[in-house]
Amino acid sequence: MRKVGPGRVIAFVLATVWLVIVIAPLYYMILASFRTQGTYLTANPWLPSGGLSVSSYGTVFGAGLDRYLLNSVLLTVACIAATVTLSLGAAFRIVRRTSRAVSVSFVVMLFGLAIPVQAIIVPLYVLIYKMHLYDTLFALILTLSAAAIPVSVLIMVSFVRDIPREMIGAMLVDGASEWTVFRRLIWPLSRPVLATLSIYNGLNVWNNFLLPLVLTQSSGVAVLPLGLTKLEGLYSVNVPAVMAGVLLSVLPLLVLFVLMRRQVMNSLGKAIAR
Amino acid sequence: MTRRPDASARRGMRLADLAGVAPPMVLFCLFIIVPMAAAIVLSFVRWNGLGPPVWAGGSNWAEFFRDPVARTSVVVTAKVVAASYVVQTPISMALGLFTAGRGGYRSVYATIYVLPLLLSTAGIALMWESLLDPNFGALSALSRSWHLAALQQNWLGSPGLTLYVIVAIIAWQFIPFHTLLYAVGRREIPAVLYEAARLDGASPARIFWRVTLPQLRYTIVTSGILMIVGSLTYFDIIYILTDGGPGYTTRVLSLDMYNVAFVQDQYGYASVLAVILGAIGIAVAVGLVRFSGFASMASQQEGAA
Repeated sequence: MRKVGPGRVIAFVLATVWLVIVIAPLYYMILASFRTQGTYLTANPWLPSGGLSVSSYGTVFGAGLDRYLLNSVLLTVACIAATVTLSLGAAFRIVRRTSRAVSVSFVVMLFGLAIPVQAIIVPLYVLIYKMHLYDTLFALILTLSAAAIPVSVLIMVSFVRDIPREMIGAMLVDGASEWTVFRRLIWPLSRPVLATLSIYNGLNVWNNFLLPLVLTQSSGVAVLPLGLTKLEGLYSVNVPAVMAGVLLSVLPLLVLFVLMRRQVMNSLGKAIAR
Repeated sequence: MTRRPDASARRGMRLADLAGVAPPMVLFCLFIIVPMAAAIVLSFVRWNGLGPPVWAGGSNWAEFFRDPVARTSVVVTAKVVAASYVVQTPISMALGLFTAGRGGYRSVYATIYVLPLLLSTAGIALMWESLLDPNFGALSALSRSWHLAALQQNWLGSPGLTLYVIVAIIAWQFIPFHTLLYAVGRREIPAVLYEAARLDGASPARIFWRVTLPQLRYTIVTSGILMIVGSLTYFDIIYILTDGGPGYTTRVLSLDMYNVAFVQDQYGYASVLAVILGAIGIAVAVGLVRFSGFASMASQQEGAA
């Protein structure tokens, strides 16, 4: 048996402390969501005693959470579809580097990496308003996809660049068109990276708060993060309902995470580290 | 054999370029580049969004240097950035190195560490809001049952304390992400380096300083840039939890900008704040890249690959 040194013990203790810091608030939230308004005020918030109930979950669904959920799903799927198609197409042309205009476009997009959304939010609001898109999901799809383009193109360029030139050359010699190369070679090879990219972009879109806050107003188009704060406004005294809402909004991500754990763990960091 | 592309092939290339690059470029320019330029123009006009904009020259910019709230916001933002960096970097590095190691329970820990990443910022804010509630919150319950008066605080309403509570919540949210970065970075260090160091009889501390830390340069810079640029623009948590209060003690620059624009309807002056925010972000990113020799490091890596 290997000797357990003091270093390993200290590492274990510190890692466990952080584990508790991560879990404790989540545990508290789960427990609170199973209270009623009455038992929330009287029961010990750390112990599963004093009466549990699922009524809060019914309450938030009645208050419009189902609508927010649907809006979030629509928005996220649309943005993922847009960024995947647009960034892969652009990356392919940028790597083929056939014209100066393409290279200049790439530099312009890279410049976008450094621009925070806060810096452009005022004109963006005015623009969306003038385009008669204020308070629509479409406004969010356009702006969030646009905001995701720089990092997506960068990641896809660094991937497509590693596809051997000879493979592309061989197909062209055989008389394939650029479109065929894209469809038969670039697209199938890129699918795993596109999956990673979609996870990363999808998380960002799903959780974005500022753009929905500024560009939408009515409950009918509210997405989850904004909807949760609307719930809080509605039920400021009903903490269990708000906690149930937060948990329900994480549930779809949690399911995906459990299904794709390995993929997420391995690639989320790598996507950015590139 | 040299192949000369004929006219139709060239046309095909141009068409492909257009189909591939134009759509993302149009989207990107319309919703990012044009608004960026517009923000600069707007910073020179006075406009409440309703009537026609009025040319204001440099008066919005002069206002920034006279505005005590803006000055406070800059200081608060600097505090958030500095405190976030100091808190998050060592913890993320330690956890990243820990989860990169082998051992059954580590991968379980690593999976649980990722959980906060799944929550939206709004969700995290609401969770902590109720947890920290001075009357019914979970911390005040702990304070009662453990007789620990220190846990009974007005966490989100004390001028001296609240900013650091915010920093702690931000750390809770973002350390998981940086932990992942460090874990990836650690796994990419060649095992040979460690074997060689051990053969030379180097102590664990020495191995950390001489092998791990230098090899993690790339990760440290990436994580640092993301941390600093990210904390410059923190908005959601503070907007939901304190809206800048108590007083102006947690009013960061992005929150000040939001309030000036969308509460006070001063789009011109708000654009000054927005441009400053953008300029600081770009300057910090470029500065860090230069300062750390990131560019030469990247090309070294490319050469090695």
